[in-house]
Amino acid sequence: MTTLENREALRSIRSSFEARLRDSKKKLISLCAGSGCGAYGTAKVYDTLMEQLAEHNLENEVEVKLSGCHGFCEKGPIMVIHPEGIFYPQLKEKHIPDIVENTIKNGDLVKKLIFKDPATKKKITYEKDVPFYKLQQRVIFGNNGIIDPTRIEDYFSVGGYAALEKALFDMSPKEIIDEVKKSGLRGRGGGGFPAGRKWETCAKHHGDRYVICNADEGDPGAYMDRSLLEGNPHSVLEGMIVGAIAVGSNEGYVYVRHEYPLAVTNFSQALESARKYGLLGKNILGTGFDFDIHISRGGGAFVCGESTALMASLEGKPGRPRAKYIHTVEKGFRNNPSMLNNVETWANVPVIINKGSEWYASIGTEGSKGTKIFSLVGKVMNTGLVEVPMGTTLRTIIFDIGGGILKKKKFKAVQTGGPSGGCIPEEFLDLGVDFDELTKVGSMMGSGGMIVMDQDTCMVDVARYFIEFLQDESCGQCNPCREGLKQMLDVLTRICHGHGREGDLELLEELSDMVANASLCGLGTSAPNPVMSNIRYFREEYETHIRDKKCPAGVCKPLFFYEIDQELCTGCTLCAKRCPEEIISGEQKAPHQLEQDKCIKCGICYEACMFDAVVVK
Amino acid sequence: MNQELTTEEKAALKSIAKNLETFNKQRGNLIPILQMVQEHLAYLPSEALRMVAEYLEINACEVYGVATFYNQFRFHPPGKHPVKVCLGTACHVRAGDIILENFERKLGIEDGETTADREFSIERVACVGCCALAPVAIIGETVHGHMAPSKVEGLLMRIEIEKDIAKREKEKSESEQT
Ligand SMILES: Cc1cc2nc3c(=O)[nH]c(=O)nc-3n(C[C@H](O)[C@H](O)[C@H](O)COP(=O)(O)O)c2cc1C
Ligand code: FES
Repeated sequence: MTTLENREALRSIRSSFEARLRDSKKKLISLCAGSGCGAYGTAKVYDTLMEQLAEHNLENEVEVKLSGCHGFCEKGPIMVIHPEGIFYPQLKEKHIPDIVENTIKNGDLVKKLIFKDPATKKKITYEKDVPFYKLQQRVIFGNNGIIDPTRIEDYFSVGGYAALEKALFDMSPKEIIDEVKKSGLRGRGGGGFPAGRKWETCAKHHGDRYVICNADEGDPGAYMDRSLLEGNPHSVLEGMIVGAIAVGSNEGYVYVRHEYPLAVTNFSQALESARKYGLLGKNILGTGFDFDIHISRGGGAFVCGESTALMASLEGKPGRPRAKYIHTVEKGFRNNPSMLNNVETWANVPVIINKGSEWYASIGTEGSKGTKIFSLVGKVMNTGLVEVPMGTTLRTIIFDIGGGILKKKKFKAVQTGGPSGGCIPEEFLDLGVDFDELTKVGSMMGSGGMIVMDQDTCMVDVARYFIEFLQDESCGQCNPCREGLKQMLDVLTRICHGHGREGDLELLEELSDMVANASLCGLGTSAPNPVMSNIRYFREEYETHIRDKKCPAGVCKPLFFYEIDQELCTGCTLCAKRCPEEIISGEQKAPHQLEQDKCIKCGICYEACMFDAVVVK
Repeated sequence: MNQELTTEEKAALKSIAKNLETFNKQRGNLIPILQMVQEHLAYLPSEALRMVAEYLEINACEVYGVATFYNQFRFHPPGKHPVKVCLGTACHVRAGDIILENFERKLGIEDGETTADREFSIERVACVGCCALAPVAIIGETVHGHMAPSKVEGLLMRIEIEKDIAKREKEKSESEQT
């Protein structure tokens, strides 16, 4: 690795790696080592693969890559064999000999491993034809499956650092900012603030400017930032360097959530190799421009994702937000102008510089440009990360890409925007998802979490869950948020426990109004959203809890019980064997009984029964 | 926070004292220092907090204030096999709380506690970034996706069995040596 001293050196190294990828006659096996696939056991599959390749003397004819997250986490571990793009999901070690013997050696498919679309039951051979991927437009996330995140050379081979080159040699800082402004890029971290405008204001203020990347990813249920940092760290890094050129900054920070050790490792390695090539550090590409980045591991507090709290935390203080009379672009980190953007926002920057603002602005809707990565999780068939143009309908995302609801149950709502967002009911399924449309229906974009809920999800419990989370995470410095959320939690808990009273809903509405209007920071002002949107669309369910003391979804424990349906029970004895309290009894092949008063509602019998005979009452 | 330190922990405190020297005496280093201490000891005993305060020349209560603000810092020693149950939104709607309850019942301890033999501890966490595999539990370093109430017992049993095997092998190799 040599330091690249000028533009030509960067160009020649990039084109040599681009050519290597293009002209390679070798088969390329890309094995996903993202967090999901990793949990399913990619490491073992990889070891077996390497052994098998060695056994067949194929090590030199095949290239194996451990890539970042491909997105289709539900079906991990995933393997894609290029150039054909053969897609093998849900691999185990025992499948590998067949793949090596047939596909790699002889070019035949291993029929039993081919993906079967759960919706149509059709077999699908190639990755590009899998419905989950087919309807996506993977502008930001696409390279994840092709590159090894630990090799900067791989990033070069997909045109990496071309945007940096352009920004450094062909554009003035003002032109960069104008380009970002014209692209219409809005922040992906929550509020959707126009990035170009933020950059422009930051550049106007004097002081040691800082460029910061928000990788705190506090929304429990979203993991796209993690997957970008782990799977394509250089794209985020390149975006940040371009940002630094635009505003004239020499120092940057990445604030990473402490639960993400692999993201820290991969990003540190990216920094290291960028420094070695002279793309980071002193005198970048011989231009005299200096810029370097530090990594700071967050302490694990949701509120630290908020811009001013994040900066306090970077300074080693408790992450308490401050009032924003003075914006952080003027006085932020160490009282200097600071430009904070989210991971995904930064990853959009190289694309905009490379392809131009016009191209970028052609994707998406009037007010929201480009694509957005959603974390599609919950009660949906195909869980994973989904990148679609802004404006794609909820129905397309959940039913066409996501394959619909698990176990053919009924869709009830989708929660977007994390703890600051809201639940969107069925009537809005044809809503085109963008910043403004989501806000109109009482939710928000947030960081892109999309949690699908079905008939078995209790909406009161969901509201209680979010308020519990938020009151736990409230930094406690302002009264409305600290005390208000606590009161709201008390009311919601009481409803869930069957002690709800007439007037509780009005009380919740009143408290919500107070917390939303009087809190200091974004945590408090948006905290009532999950409750408000919930009461608005699911008032009846609240009333059933309060008036009838029933939880129709069977979630609030004091409000339901399990019963064995005497008609459906076949007497298979499975539930009786599993019951930890040994309170289910009955003869073999005869309907069983459950002793209600001793039941601890652990849910084991409900899960175990294969005849749906354990029912919630 | 007033447990007696074990001999190993006392030894670790010494190497922490050495490690401290590598940090600048800057307030901004407080969190990285606490992270370093926790990496050594797996939790923050009050002795360590006081050491950090002395080193940075700030009040011990200030150190304590910062440490308690962040979820990542713990003040009790974790078990040898720490169990983390995710209760993020994705895991919550797929009944993560039932998984937590089953762990609590099986181990006879509650969230935040450690078993008397220091083998297991339970902690609830908010999203570990494997939401597609919800509900998720992590035991030690291993992520277990698509958890179900009935899987809990099996997982804990496996750890017991592995421990037994390791113990037997150790005994065997020792008896072979003699
Ligand atoms: C309570 C709270 C938590 C937040 N958490 C995050 C987060 O985890 N990640 C993030 O990127 N932005 C988060 N934000 C938004 C940030 O304050 C900030 O607007 C954003 O990082 C700016 O980047 P962007 O313009 O690229 O979106 C949070 C805001 C609030 C009020
Ligand atoms: S919500 Fe459990 S891993 Fe994300």
